Amino acid sequence: MYVVEMRQITKRFGDVVANEGVDFQLRSGEIHALLGENGAGKTTLMRILFGLYHEDSGKIVVDGQPARIASPKDAISLGIGMVTQHFALVPPFSVAENVIMGYRESLSLDIKAIEAEVADSAARFGIEINPSAIVRHLSVGQKQRVEILKALFRQARVLILDEPTAVLIPQEVEALFGILRNLREQGISIVFISHKLNEVMAISDRVTVLRDGRVISTIDTSSTNPTELARMMVGRETFGVTRQGEVATDQPILEVQNLCAVDDRGLKALAEVSLVVNAGEILGVAGVGGNGQKELAETLCGIRSPTSGSIQVRGQEMSGASPSEMTAAGVGRIPEDRHAGVVAELTVADNLVMEYLARYTSRGVLDKKAIRNYADGLIEQFQIKARPTDKTRTLSGGNLQKLLLARVLANHPDVLIAPQPTRGLDVGATEYVHNQLLEQREQGAAVLLISEDLDEIMALSDRIAVMYEGEIVGMLPVQEADIERLGLMMSGVLKEKDNAVAQI
Amino acid sequence: MPLLKFRLEKTGAPLWFRGLIPPITLALTFLLTSGLIIWGKANPFEAYYYFLIDPLSGRVSFLEVLVKSTPLILTGMAVTVAFVAGYYNIGAEGQLYAGALAAAWLGTVLGGVSTPVAILLMVLGGFVAGMLWALIPALLRVYMNVDEVVTTLLTNSIILFIISAILNGPWRDPQSGWPQSPEIAESTRLPQLAARSRLHFGFVLALIAVAMVWFILTRTSFGLKLRAVGLGREGARFAGIHVERSMLLAALISGGIAGIAGYVEVAGIQYHLIGELSPGYGYTGIIIATMGGLTALGAAASALFFGLVETGAQTVSRALGVPVYLGEVTQATMLLVILGMFILQRYRIRRA
Amino acid sequence: MVVALFIATLTAATLRVATPILLAAIGETFSERAGVLNLGIEGIMFFGAFVSFFVADLTNSLWTGLLIAVVIGCLLGVLMAFFTVTLGVNQHVSGLGITLLASGLALFAFRLNYGGRATPPSIPPFEQLTPLANIPILSTILNQYLLTYIVFLVIVPISWWVMYRTSFGLKVRAVGENPEAADAAGINVFRIRYIVLAVGGGLMAMGGAFLSLAQLGAFTHGIIAGRGWVAIALVIFGNWNPSKVMLGSLIFGGAYALQLRLQAMGLQLPIPYETFLALPYIVTIIALVIAGRKASYPAALLKPYHRE
Repeated sequence: MYVVEMRQITKRFGDVVANEGVDFQLRSGEIHALLGENGAGKTTLMRILFGLYHEDSGKIVVDGQPARIASPKDAISLGIGMVTQHFALVPPFSVAENVIMGYRESLSLDIKAIEAEVADSAARFGIEINPSAIVRHLSVGQKQRVEILKALFRQARVLILDEPTAVLIPQEVEALFGILRNLREQGISIVFISHKLNEVMAISDRVTVLRDGRVISTIDTSSTNPTELARMMVGRETFGVTRQGEVATDQPILEVQNLCAVDDRGLKALAEVSLVVNAGEILGVAGVGGNGQKELAETLCGIRSPTSGSIQVRGQEMSGASPSEMTAAGVGRIPEDRHAGVVAELTVADNLVMEYLARYTSRGVLDKKAIRNYADGLIEQFQIKARPTDKTRTLSGGNLQKLLLARVLANHPDVLIAPQPTRGLDVGATEYVHNQLLEQREQGAAVLLISEDLDEIMALSDRIAVMYEGEIVGMLPVQEADIERLGLMMSGVLKEKDNAVAQI
Repeated sequence: MPLLKFRLEKTGAPLWFRGLIPPITLALTFLLTSGLIIWGKANPFEAYYYFLIDPLSGRVSFLEVLVKSTPLILTGMAVTVAFVAGYYNIGAEGQLYAGALAAAWLGTVLGGVSTPVAILLMVLGGFVAGMLWALIPALLRVYMNVDEVVTTLLTNSIILFIISAILNGPWRDPQSGWPQSPEIAESTRLPQLAARSRLHFGFVLALIAVAMVWFILTRTSFGLKLRAVGLGREGARFAGIHVERSMLLAALISGGIAGIAGYVEVAGIQYHLIGELSPGYGYTGIIIATMGGLTALGAAASALFFGLVETGAQTVSRALGVPVYLGEVTQATMLLVILGMFILQRYRIRRA
Repeated sequence: MVVALFIATLTAATLRVATPILLAAIGETFSERAGVLNLGIEGIMFFGAFVSFFVADLTNSLWTGLLIAVVIGCLLGVLMAFFTVTLGVNQHVSGLGITLLASGLALFAFRLNYGGRATPPSIPPFEQLTPLANIPILSTILNQYLLTYIVFLVIVPISWWVMYRTSFGLKVRAVGENPEAADAAGINVFRIRYIVLAVGGGLMAMGGAFLSLAQLGAFTHGIIAGRGWVAIALVIFGNWNPSKVMLGSLIFGGAYALQLRLQAMGLQLPIPYETFLALPYIVTIIALVIAGRKASYPAALLKPYHRE
């Protein structure tokens, strides 16, 4: 008997097929991993089950009954809950308010009684959380627990977790797995979406592998191994690019000393950050999201003003410089959020020249022909699938990233600030970005790679810095780095700061 | 290549549909307002004849349409420049009065200079006055993050009190005792352009403003920066554009153009400052800019059309006794209808 | 005693002046908490003032006038919701469009029905209540319209309770902070916004009706004179909290009442009386600057919500 059965689900977005004839069955009380690369169609399939998307064709059966799931509300009433990567929480609300929101239909709200009820429910499911805490102040791991509790409070018997470990440090992952095993004991069925083989092996009972929108196989976890799963997932033996040879010099290009900055709410985000990036090396900055990486990137790009400290580029003091002054000094940047780096309603050509308008202007008047030629050149060189006159919002994520890379690399920067450069990209685009970063390294640029993906950091970096609560808590050559040591640093347990400074 | 073609179809509205937008808007507006006309005991078709056709059929009334559209073109340009940069200047009405105040003063002190020099100085004076009145909300918005919509609305009220204080105080007409400023000198008045008509040189100034705004927005890097800031502040900032400076400049230029509108009404029509100088030209400018799709030429066309609506409303009122406020209702209805049409257009694309 | 009486009359006037603005501001508070800036407020107040006057004149019933005005205010709120919630049009422009439409309609209808009169038409307004008539100072303060009592003693407390102590209020705040999250939690974002804009429109119209039915007993072109814009400023000043919005309305009302009293006393002042008229607006801007620095706008304000 299956709790949920999805039969022959097909879903298209325009000309892109996200799911094609997908069959998926979830047994009662199992942890079922949905494995596949970015863009394989895992999330789409589950968003259909949760009523966020609607299948073009196919059938959904819940508890043996055909189900029509038009909205999350329908899904919830069928006992299906989903925790997405972007938490659906209201930051100024308390945990209890977030949990009961939209569920309790009583006229008046007795906050104290509700908090007690939520605390009760949390205890029953073995979830540690303070119901009166304000969500804005919680850590990512705690927010995730609120989301899980929210679903369980609504009597969810099926829990969908979309890449739940992507935002967690290794130690938090263990705690999450503890909760999930506990829930399985209580008969809850769990769909665990992931692209990480070791996690799938560790937590799941069965695995369904998706590739290019199709099911490759559904298999018992105990009867498979990571190698087999990897082969099913990517459909080829080897993948990815890695750094080769040493080109790093000891010629420092970017030198940051005791840099401090505050976040949008005025709270301390960077605490005395010091680092050096030499010509021809990639310095990887690892860390769990929200530990100051965003602010570090923005401060180095000139978008955020530092409160104190110094930023030197080739010995020239640049702290407090504007973005355009940073560009002029040879600091190139791509944005953490690609969509926030371009003006979507302007054309591809407009966006390509926007950083260098002065070069394409005479006495204030735009030289449209030169702009067009320049854009044509970059589009060809960087294989951007678009025309100069297309609105930028029509570009796919991968093409948008190519546009941003083209814009910055055309200026041959000495320093490249690259925060989360492959987040949300498919395999092909990720490989493209990795190659571009490595090419910059080979050409002698100083690359600062900020990423939450440890595999990416390990594959590309010459040295690795770890950020925790706005501090650099460790700095080590990639040869000395292993996942466990990095994990301890990312969780703030292990600090090698003094050590790190000595090494520089 | 076929992939690209598909995408194009998704992004652009079908041309035939775009072409249909103006007639559909007109028809819907007519339908929605005809109830009022019937309430006013008139035949809607007859009313619409007087409203939209009759003013264009005679020389005098045609020129009157241009007279009425002159301040509207200018406020339309003012709002366009600000909105393009994402600065919601609702204060064109107040900035217009600031410009009028400056013009009324300059008109009394510049009696000795020749007309061309007076025009030059007073355009400048009106611009600076409008700019200054726009300055405080703009600074508050850009540097202290105070919502400009609310502050510009409030400053609109404040300048009316200032004008009232001046007109009831130092500038009260000594002969008649009316609250109106002394007449401006003959040489500082805007020259008439046609006999037996109120059409004056201000119309030419308005057209020059259109040309300049068009050129700035479409051909200069400053215009591209303004558009970038308005369409995506984050993206613009990331690309190194000085977002605050661009918004501030847009706000000040906007205020300046609105100030010229005030000058033109004082020096071209009234010859002195009165409290009822503008029946809401600044607010109508917002409708005009929106209907013009935030482009200079589009806004100019809307302003001419609204000049027709204002003239036509008076014709209907005179001929059929329908209250002249039919004009305002028609303008507002048209705005709401066209807002709906814009969305409908986008919706279609997404579904395609 | 003279000073006490002056303060008492000032307090009484403050409450009267604050009443219509507070009504509208409470309506706006709810709209903005749900994520919609309703710039139709000025026009809806104006229309409320006209319709209530017109209907009261027609039916000889002030209460009927008030009721119809509130109903039509709700409808204008629904119109605003149609544009901003269903169509997702820019909230600034559609709000101003509604203000222009409502003002135009009111003026049109007023001219049509009362156009030919030499003297502006008027009706006998609401009577003021006179409780505790024999206690000197207190009776002066309590000498108020029933609507004023209702606003301060019923509407504001209920608004606060609804906002913070009911599941409906929780939904309103959730929708204005994070509509995606609200939707995922099974809250109907569209329905909440429609309800709130409708009720808000009703309150705005009631504010306008207070001016024509109670304060003036007449309808004039300048009856609202920017009070709607002041209400919007008060909402920001009050940090979207009904009780703080009430406090703001009292500060504004106090400044305005002081100006009225000084004018009424006929003092020969070295500065024009317009200074006092403009003062509340200037005070409001200053208050905005002070409050604006720590203002926590509802995160989804001005953002239309579309399901993917």
